[in-house]
Amino acid sequence: MSSILLDFEKPLEELHEQLMKAKQIQEKGKVNVNTVIKELESKIEKTRKDLYSNLSAWQRVQLSRHPERPYTLDYINAITEGNFLELFGDRQVKDDKAMIGGFGSINGETVMFVGQQKGNNTKARQFRNFGMPNPEGYRKALRLFKLAEKFNKPIITLIDTPGAFPGLEAEERGQGEAIARNLYEMSILKVPVICIIIGEGASGGALGIGIGDKVLMLENTWYSVISPESCSSILWRNWDNKERAADALKLTSLDMSELKLIDGIISEPVGGAHSNHPEIFESVKREIIKHLAVLTKMDPEMRVQQRLEKFCSMGVYKEE
Amino acid sequence: MSWFKRIKSGITTETHEKKETPEGLWYRCPSCKSIIPSKEHSDNSWVCVKCGYHERIGSQEYFEIIFDDNTYEEINANLTSADPLEFVDTKKYHERLVESQQKTGLKDAIRTVTGTCNGLPLTVACMDFRFIGGSMGSVMGEKIARAIDYSIKHKTPFMIISKSGGARMMEAAFSLMQMAKTSAKLTQLSAAKLPYISLLTDPTTGGVTASFAMLGDLNIAEPGALIGFAGPRVVKETIGKDLPKGFQTSEFVLDHGFLDFIVVRQELKAKLAQVLAFMKN
Ligand SMILES: [Zn+2]
Repeated sequence: MSSILLDFEKPLEELHEQLMKAKQIQEKGKVNVNTVIKELESKIEKTRKDLYSNLSAWQRVQLSRHPERPYTLDYINAITEGNFLELFGDRQVKDDKAMIGGFGSINGETVMFVGQQKGNNTKARQFRNFGMPNPEGYRKALRLFKLAEKFNKPIITLIDTPGAFPGLEAEERGQGEAIARNLYEMSILKVPVICIIIGEGASGGALGIGIGDKVLMLENTWYSVISPESCSSILWRNWDNKERAADALKLTSLDMSELKLIDGIISEPVGGAHSNHPEIFESVKREIIKHLAVLTKMDPEMRVQQRLEKFCSMGVYKEE
Repeated sequence: MSWFKRIKSGITTETHEKKETPEGLWYRCPSCKSIIPSKEHSDNSWVCVKCGYHERIGSQEYFEIIFDDNTYEEINANLTSADPLEFVDTKKYHERLVESQQKTGLKDAIRTVTGTCNGLPLTVACMDFRFIGGSMGSVMGEKIARAIDYSIKHKTPFMIISKSGGARMMEAAFSLMQMAKTSAKLTQLSAAKLPYISLLTDPTTGGVTASFAMLGDLNIAEPGALIGFAGPRVVKETIGKDLPKGFQTSEFVLDHGFLDFIVVRQELKAKLAQVLAFMKN
């Protein structure tokens, strides 16, 4: 059970308080409130199911940023059962703490993991630069992709970023070039590539590690060219239209799947990924194993060809 | 080929309209404020004869500068945006498109053509900033993809002239995926060992910088152009202080190692011809 409720989860707050009180009474042992507790628990379950069966785009954006949501290293540690070797540095400038990666074992098979990393407290968030990589992050990712390709290991990227960092040094060191290079190189990697959006998929910063044979989104994540807040501020010149912007951008996993811009959705537990970590880790692991089984059997050239064709077919236009 | 549309100089040319040009006879330089006869200005490739300021020009003008005898063929001229998301902000995207088309006489923010430059074949994709800020949507991605196919089929070098604020927000994720599409497509051009020259002009930012514009065999730029990933306003907000002088200019980007050279527009054709000759297989 999450300790942090989002604004749309308010109906749950009062029920939670009642439940806590009932449990306190129960502990004192004087009155039997078992039935009350049971009723409250089923009421919470039902309310939660109702709330979660009808989420708006903006509510999913909120869930994708929930502070208790698991981050990249949480997934990797769970999926590899700790058999993970983190590798650092881009061999050029420095190690980017917002982009992590390394070899890991999944079901006895070696894969290369790469992903943006967020922090779960103030200090860690700053250390991780809020999951916003600099150019060296993208170049570190590319170095690890090439390493994986050399030793014929599949690549799993976990995407969770509010964007590539828009800083002064990022511009000096060629943020645009770093992302562009990854798009180019990832399209022709000879090993299987699976990309999973586990939180925020903001624009070029996400796409920079997002060119894969299979691109999957967790149910309550978003992926678009801009965040709903920035979209609102540019198109409406204020921040008040973020909900409208979220709808208009069609940025949810369901929208993206319908538009055929991703290859699949990974369901989350009712209550969101943060409400049950073991369950979402298991789902993600299962999906990776399932897709790898198919992708590793393919002829590498055919796999690259299909990846190229998939991205080259994206776009809707009219021809008179 | 039926999808060709022959364009001859003068036939479809609209009058070179510019607010700064009183009665079309004079050009007023926004940089040094000099008043220059329009003819003299256009003869100088729309570069201020007094201070060297490069006026923002469109695809028509670039084609006139690059191609021999101003002769070229436009390919895939009839692609237009389909508004797949039925996007509405303060205005309907569909209406925005129609307005832009009427105002500019263009179909979208890019045109792709083929011709010869100093006798050497060349396929060029050139953006028009006047059309929704040169923004990249599905049409731009598809036109670039098809121009690359054309280059491969006819074994011509390829050039993109960028002048864009980046993604077209009204096409959201479709716009984002054009970065992937064009970059993927460039791997095929590269596999065919055909040169790709990226010319960055004022301004080149966002998703265009973070995809094909930075992927040239040669990345070249006009002087004084704004070139960057994040816009200067965003960077300024991020660092919380004023930006250093010359930040994100062509000269800055050259200095940091991301450009091969800067070329003044009056020398563009000569430089291009030299490059094409050097890279000829
Ligand atoms: Zn001047």
